[in-house]
Amino acid sequence: MTLTFEDFSLGRFGTFGPRHVSRDEIIAFASEFDPQPMHLDEAVAKHTMLRGLAGSGWHLCSLMMRMMFDGYIGRTASLGSPGVDEVRWLLPLRPGDDLMLDVDVAAARVSRSRPEMGIVTFAMRMRNASGQVLLEAVSPIMIRRREGWAAQN
Amino acid sequence: MGYFEDMEVGLRRDLGSFTFTGERIKAFASQFDPQPFHLDEEEGRKSLFGGLAASGWHVASVWMKLMVADSRREAAEAVARGEKPGMWGPSPGFRDMRWLKPVLAGDTVSYASEVESLRASRSRPEWGVMQVRNTGTNQRGELVFSFLGSVFVPRRHPSQD
Repeated sequence: MTLTFEDFSLGRFGTFGPRHVSRDEIIAFASEFDPQPMHLDEAVAKHTMLRGLAGSGWHLCSLMMRMMFDGYIGRTASLGSPGVDEVRWLLPLRPGDDLMLDVDVAAARVSRSRPEMGIVTFAMRMRNASGQVLLEAVSPIMIRRREGWAAQN
Repeated sequence: MGYFEDMEVGLRRDLGSFTFTGERIKAFASQFDPQPFHLDEEEGRKSLFGGLAASGWHVASVWMKLMVADSRREAAEAVARGEKPGMWGPSPGFRDMRWLKPVLAGDTVSYASEVESLRASRSRPEWGVMQVRNTGTNQRGELVFSFLGSVFVPRRHPSQD
């Protein structure tokens, strides 16, 4: 069953994961998109504000997207996203972390310009295995309404 | 790159451009955002995007790629002048990221970064916090991407207050 706009009511939606993140993945992402020493080299990273090898914040965001996809977006009538209201990088992603994703529905409304879809705003939190919060994000996603929505109005 | 004292509101950097080929779009999407409109031309055409579209996180990650490359060039120039380059610290986050228009296969996006605000860090006297408005513009001159990022920038002279 594909999830539609109507399936997202305010409050806790779900918790997804774990997603294991290896040192090799961290270095592969950083090599392509964020080749700063704190993401590539333990010896240098030790002396930075992050105090040790840390994944790129953009890697963590991209992993959040993948966890959203695997958790629910992959079975949702998603039409894409207009953007991200806010991301806070609170603690570094470390090699070997097992990530969990908590998802809340913060807002849900029917689109004015496209009444066949709604906009669901998700408030998300990524945690490591010890429960420390690494990232908080708020992001809207456009989701198709259930077949026959026009007849119900 | 550079020191907090060298920054001023309105200071702009052009970061260069990147072409989102279908192959690159699919490679990123298959790893991080395997929604059909990011993986398949036909699915893309049927979607709101009207073609195979890059994941928004791909568009954002390429901004970082070009920012790092440009910063390395600046640091090398500083070293060539006999100066110690100011290496930026990590970012506490960003706000107001907008994927304004789809980035479709074959599009070339030019990125730029402009200083929006500057303040001293209360908890870290050797750092300042800079907000930058980052943008991406396609080959037709249309703004496709924008966000307000924050970054720690080192101070030449740590604040005493």
